[in-house]
Amino acid sequence: MATTGDLSVLEGMRRQSDYWLTVYKRTWRGSIISSFVSPVFYVLAMGVLLGGFIEGDPDRLEGATSYLAFIVPGLVAAHAMQTAVGETTYPVMGAIKWHKSYFAQLATPLAPVHLVAGHLMFVLARLVTSCAVFMLVLVPFGVFESWWGPFLAFASQLLVGMVFATLVFGFSARLRSEEGFGVLFRLGVFPLFLFSGAFFPVDNLGSVGSFLARLTPLWHGVNLSRMFSIDEIDWWMAALNVAVLVTLLVIGWFWAVSGLTKRLVT
Amino acid sequence: MIHAVGLRKSFGDFEAVKGIDVDVRRGESFGFLGPNGAGKSSTMRMIAAVSPISGGELRILGMDPAVDGPTIRGRLGVCPQEDTLDNELNVRDNLYIYGRYFGLPKGEVSARVDELLEFVQLTEKAKAKVDDLSGGMKRRLTIARSLVNRPDLLLLDEPTTGLDPQARHVLWDRLFRLKQAGVTLVLTTHYMDEAEQLCDRLVVMDKGLIVAEGSPLTLIRDHSTREVAELRFGVAEEGAGHEVLAEKIADLGERIEVLPDRLLVYSDDGEEVIAKVHERGLQPVAVLVRRSSLEDVFLRLTGRTLVD
Repeated sequence: MATTGDLSVLEGMRRQSDYWLTVYKRTWRGSIISSFVSPVFYVLAMGVLLGGFIEGDPDRLEGATSYLAFIVPGLVAAHAMQTAVGETTYPVMGAIKWHKSYFAQLATPLAPVHLVAGHLMFVLARLVTSCAVFMLVLVPFGVFESWWGPFLAFASQLLVGMVFATLVFGFSARLRSEEGFGVLFRLGVFPLFLFSGAFFPVDNLGSVGSFLARLTPLWHGVNLSRMFSIDEIDWWMAALNVAVLVTLLVIGWFWAVSGLTKRLVT
Repeated sequence: MIHAVGLRKSFGDFEAVKGIDVDVRRGESFGFLGPNGAGKSSTMRMIAAVSPISGGELRILGMDPAVDGPTIRGRLGVCPQEDTLDNELNVRDNLYIYGRYFGLPKGEVSARVDELLEFVQLTEKAKAKVDDLSGGMKRRLTIARSLVNRPDLLLLDEPTTGLDPQARHVLWDRLFRLKQAGVTLVLTTHYMDEAEQLCDRLVVMDKGLIVAEGSPLTLIRDHSTREVAELRFGVAEEGAGHEVLAEKIADLGERIEVLPDRLLVYSDDGEEVIAKVHERGLQPVAVLVRRSSLEDVFLRLTGRTLVD
């Protein structure tokens, strides 16, 4: 039922903490390895090896002094997106359609809003681990230009990850068949990953292309992550980036809650 | 415990429940019987405070589910038709984590879980994966899970569907103990023996409406005869079809039902019917006299046509 009665969102999340802790304990080792190994590969292949062919011209790399320093902050933001999408596609559909754990939970005092909040809290925990590991891997490569910048970059990565978590949660909650995920991955996640400024400055896309790229949520995250990492901060731009992401986060939250409510409360 | 007046549920144009009145009292064991699609599960979901009502009035434990959903659900136990156990968790964790959803303190849940594992005879399986359990064990675990919050009202949607006879009897035994302990049970079933075993009172639903209500005994009394004589005739019996035979003995019972393989004569004295059939020179190849069952009532009220 849509009513939450006197059960607050926070209390609802607290009651699910044992569940998500158990899930986390089961998966964290694997996730540490994958969130350690894939950054190392990326950094070596794209940053060091591919970057070896690219001249480190700060004027053409948004202020970065090497391609490595340019690409990795964007990669972490994109990695946050992919982690968030991974945790809110099949797991959400599974909880609705396959193992039906949401239905089991709904028979208790919990309501859809609590389920969304609990699930998203878990995604946040996953993001914290995987982005933190990624950022730690980067430390020895000397890409960070200040001691405090990386912390803000880390926060931006979590923010952009959570934006995707809420938006994709809402999408998955409305999806009837898992075939829709193929479309999401191919036409949504993959183009965003390639064209949202992680690999090259979006100015290279031409005026229309770069305008479109700047409309994507991922670009705002990439831009924040990079500005803070390489200490080339335009504070007005940062404020705009944050404002856009926070707005999307709020919209995504309501989209996720309304999607799950419509799906489960019939 | 449950009070419904003119309760309705529709999904778009389809009306699953078309206005039913139900009252369930504390300590009672109450059943919803009906074929598939009769509206039983829709009714159960409304009572479980997970599905909003489309019309009429519904009070559960004296509260309105549209207002006090979480409070109501906190006092209910729900055993759904399909197992919704978490296959990735072991048996014990399934119960423990579920108990935590009710906001129970860790220590209390832990003690309760041990007690319930004992009750459903799964103590030895506490560390086993749910995937490795048999169908009957999974059902018992689901029932244990529905009891973790010590519910005032236990809702069971087709609790024994798909189980083998041994598993069903174990389950009935557990449910019977709960009933004796004063738990109010509400169940849906399409097994008549289950309804006769477990229900003090039941309603028969068909096409979204209640078509009969009462205890198993009163239902049989009101809608059937005391006994039924079943007569099987050989294929070539007097070269006549069952309809022709039925006409010849039509006056012997209160009602005669013609089935492809046999004739059912509803009468208070089955032996007498058989004797008279023989007197009339008819030679059935097999005869059986039995007591009327709830199944006769059910089939009479909801028809023999297959509903899918």
